Amino acid sequence: MKRNVLIIGGGPAGIEASRKIRDFGHTPILIEKESHLGGHLAKWHKLFPDGESTEELLNSLTSDMDGIKWFTDTDIVSINKLKHLYVAICSNGISIQADALLFTTGFSMFPAEKKEEYGYGIYNHVITNADLEDFFNTGEDPRIKDPKVIGFVHCVGSRDEKAGNRQCSKVCCATAIKQACEMKELYPDATVYCFYMDLRMFGRKYEDLYLNAQRKYGILFVRGRVSEVSENIEGRLVVKAEDTLIGKPIRVTMDLLVLMAGMSPNGENRDIASMTGVHLGEDGFFMPRDMLFRTTESHSKGIFFAGAATGPKTIPETLNEARAAAMAIDHYFKQEV
Amino acid sequence: MIDFGYNLTPSSTLEIDDANMHLFDELCAMEPDALKCISCGSCAASCTAGVFTDVNLRKVLLSLQRGCEKDLLPQLKSCMLCGKCHIVCPRGINTRHLILSICKIYKI
Repeated sequence: MKRNVLIIGGGPAGIEASRKIRDFGHTPILIEKESHLGGHLAKWHKLFPDGESTEELLNSLTSDMDGIKWFTDTDIVSINKLKHLYVAICSNGISIQADALLFTTGFSMFPAEKKEEYGYGIYNHVITNADLEDFFNTGEDPRIKDPKVIGFVHCVGSRDEKAGNRQCSKVCCATAIKQACEMKELYPDATVYCFYMDLRMFGRKYEDLYLNAQRKYGILFVRGRVSEVSENIEGRLVVKAEDTLIGKPIRVTMDLLVLMAGMSPNGENRDIASMTGVHLGEDGFFMPRDMLFRTTESHSKGIFFAGAATGPKTIPETLNEARAAAMAIDHYFKQEV
Repeated sequence: MIDFGYNLTPSSTLEIDDANMHLFDELCAMEPDALKCISCGSCAASCTAGVFTDVNLRKVLLSLQRGCEKDLLPQLKSCMLCGKCHIVCPRGINTRHLILSICKIYKI
């Protein structure tokens, strides 16, 4: 029997899960609050470790959407349970009856202006990782003017209790190094610094990316968190940190500072959790049934998760989890019969 | 001048802007592997001379990168070129060769 699955969140997890749910013979209904599918991925330019184009990836993801009903600019207003069915009312007025729910609500970018000491939104040449990807896409950003010295600040809003995020955002180390190399390609004469606490190059080929950044691009790595940024009379940035390997404070003047804003839990997770009774971790991400075997299942019957809704993830991890969630949903339907 | 018994303490901050990196650039041109160091400390931990003297290749290399090598460079005089650091370096840096190049460029 054909079942309806409501997928909330049209990023890579939501798109891939919808396709697989359809392939299993069910009816996916995908809703997305933004005006386009793709989530954060749609705003990015290239991906680590090999610099794959996000545009191509998104095109191949969305090339085959036959049999998937999807709505953009649509929010969830309420979700209620009626016996075995979930009834969701959407902001566009439609109501959807679903046999299972899949939350692919992703993450929110940490608002970098919250770390006021770094001066995002205050100084002219402080940007975020997302701004830089936008610059790579459009070639335009008035804050980037032939920089001679460029800095990357890792862990902005990650591993930081004061910023409300104790967790590591997982992808920023590799992203910072990818972006540092791309900047060096654009501005070969620039000196590029990465300020890191630990370099977490955990994935296959990521360490090679790091090695390449050192050996081929001459990017300089400083272990130490930037303490504060100020602007001098020429409008350049004065960056202070401790070089913890040397054991001394350092000061360096820069023309561009890129803040690696991390992944915060999606603020709407809380509303969804209160509507449906799924568990939320103290970090604000959804809590699966367990962290090893049933990472795509919630504590509530018929509700599933995929992607960064349950914590920071890379793109391949997200896509794999989307497929795993589709399998778990199909399995759930077969057991229900 | 009357001596009031006060003096100024110089700042310990490394001013990266003022560092002269010409010699380091020259070193990297000759030894690009100098940039591969991940500061793991294997070289210093295995160093024969390090047990008896201050010599610490990791620190020297980093100080070159920051342009604050002046005080640390004489350490290398204690190196006996035994090559143990070359054997242990996880990044595969030819440390003996690197030390000789540093000595040549920085005239130790």
